[in-house]
Amino acid sequence: MAKKAEHKILIYGYGNPGRQDDGLGNSFVDKLEKWVDEKKLKGYEFDSNYQLNIEDAAAVAENELVIFVDASTEEIENFILTPVDASTNVAFTSHAASPGYIVSLCREIYNKIPATYLLHIKGYEWAFKDGLSNKAMENMENALVYLKQKLEDSESMIDSFKDF
Amino acid sequence: MKQKITIEPVTRVEGHGKVTIHIDEEGNIAQSRLHIVEFRGFERFVQGRPYWEAPVLVQRLCGICPVSHHLAAAKALDVIVGAGTGDGLTPTGEKMRRLMHYGQIFQSHALHFFHLVSPDLLFGVDGDPAIRNIIGVAKKFPDLAVQGVMMRKFGQEIIKATAGKKIHGTGAIPGGINKHLTQAEKDSFLNGPDPLNVDKMISWSIDAVNFLKKYHKDNTEFIDGFANFPSSHLSLVRKDGALDLYHGVLRAIDKDGKKILHDVDYQDYLSYINEEVRDWSYMKFPFLTEYGKKDGWYRVGPLARMNTIDFIPTPLAQKEFEEFRAYTHGKPNGMSMHMHWARLIELLHSAEMMKELLNDPDLMSGELVIKGEKKSEGVGLIEAPRGTLFHHYGINDNDQLTMANLIVSTTNNNEPMNIAVNMVAKQYMTGQKKITEGMMNAVEVAIRAYDPCLSCATHAIGQMPLEVVIVDSRNNILDRKRR
Repeated sequence: MAKKAEHKILIYGYGNPGRQDDGLGNSFVDKLEKWVDEKKLKGYEFDSNYQLNIEDAAAVAENELVIFVDASTEEIENFILTPVDASTNVAFTSHAASPGYIVSLCREIYNKIPATYLLHIKGYEWAFKDGLSNKAMENMENALVYLKQKLEDSESMIDSFKDF
Repeated sequence: MKQKITIEPVTRVEGHGKVTIHIDEEGNIAQSRLHIVEFRGFERFVQGRPYWEAPVLVQRLCGICPVSHHLAAAKALDVIVGAGTGDGLTPTGEKMRRLMHYGQIFQSHALHFFHLVSPDLLFGVDGDPAIRNIIGVAKKFPDLAVQGVMMRKFGQEIIKATAGKKIHGTGAIPGGINKHLTQAEKDSFLNGPDPLNVDKMISWSIDAVNFLKKYHKDNTEFIDGFANFPSSHLSLVRKDGALDLYHGVLRAIDKDGKKILHDVDYQDYLSYINEEVRDWSYMKFPFLTEYGKKDGWYRVGPLARMNTIDFIPTPLAQKEFEEFRAYTHGKPNGMSMHMHWARLIELLHSAEMMKELLNDPDLMSGELVIKGEKKSEGVGLIEAPRGTLFHHYGINDNDQLTMANLIVSTTNNNEPMNIAVNMVAKQYMTGQKKITEGMMNAVEVAIRAYDPCLSCATHAIGQMPLEVVIVDSRNNILDRKRR
């Protein structure tokens, strides 16, 4: 069996872990990074921050597959993975720059658009406390199982993005 | 019939803001107010927690300037653990913190100029909002956009190297710092491949100052006339009068340049500063007690600092400072748009300071922490990117926090921001029947000059539209505009 090609993959969680479930993206990245280390998988890069910002366009440009992970207040079922379209919409604030905004900036500056997805995980509690709520934790574990399976075939994630 | 125009939220400022402009029957501006929803529960929330947690806890306040809160809290706790009032740390402790702070100032000022301000300057206040943003800048001026991105990145890497990590950094601890800079980190910042090295950051900072000066020359009437009003100014200054963003004494001058707060120890800030509550705003209005609510208000931030200091202790920024001061013949500068000029001089100063510190051997070896006789109370002040930031804590015998009082930079600028909004509303909206995007943005440009951090709580939920609502005196909506 031919060895699968290694891709450069960035997993980027963002949110404020000091605001309970807002830290879903950060916790998700911590857990996935441990899994990648245990599996000794290559080509992965992990990052985590309070929010996306303009310098992230440089990191996005260096990868073939980018998955942003964020907490969600939307009426979604546990979690949802969606392709990210480059968007030129003006962000309301610089600290809430959207993944689409970052991808758009990447396109304009570096002339690159890697396959980019957003994993939204549903959160419930947003107080000034550390730690995820039980329901958010459960959603995150389910999202981890799902994404691990998807990443087993990262090639198809990259290929399917081309049709997007 | 009286009308009320509401602009909500203000785009490209940090957090949530709402501007209401009341128009009378003749189309004159009767009153303008900037309303800010500020979370006030934090000071109560920290009570009962062990004091040493404060520098990390306070980062929950804000994902925009967590380093400023981190350092201001650590400075207050230095006093509590008996490590002095900002200048009593070990050389390593103080210099590592300074490097962290100048990295934060550098990345914050770069973000503000390249991401938030340059679109207004390059495309004009009346420019199409669809292109008047960093994406528009990237399309038309790609080199400038790359500079903004890489300067942010450099500053963030400095923060990571000194604070330990990007989120909830733990670098500053009561009485000092918890790590040295490694040789690899030092080499990377000093000699990394272009553009991520400190010499390139200095070079780009000079370019940014020159860009602004040229824009000023070409648009003098706008830059000088927009929201130009006299005020007092307040900031920390080094004991010899130099610009020092990390530590110093508290100085204020009046609109004529006369000292009205004489380089006092900020541990006694409550003797000099008070806060007024107004029924229409969640945010307080600080003022110098001696001069009262009406006359005691002041500005903080880059413009204030350029007005209060005597000199800048780095050569390139000093040269720019001399030109800045000469423009107003040494008198205090009240031009709100000159805040951008002042901010870029500080950007250059921060780059110079980073280079100086990176070449200092104290960062790589030496004692990290010092402690002495414990005290029950401490105040920490720092010049954050947006202005003077106050942290004040008290503890009990069980080492638990019993009291916290924070005056954030944006709160210090509350009154001047309201004055700026009122001036611009009168200038752009008087006699106008229709609200244009340019008019709306003019109000926002005035607010943005102060670079406010309105929410002090990270992560606005999703993108929010800009909405303008015109309401008459009976609260009937006459017009609504959204973008």
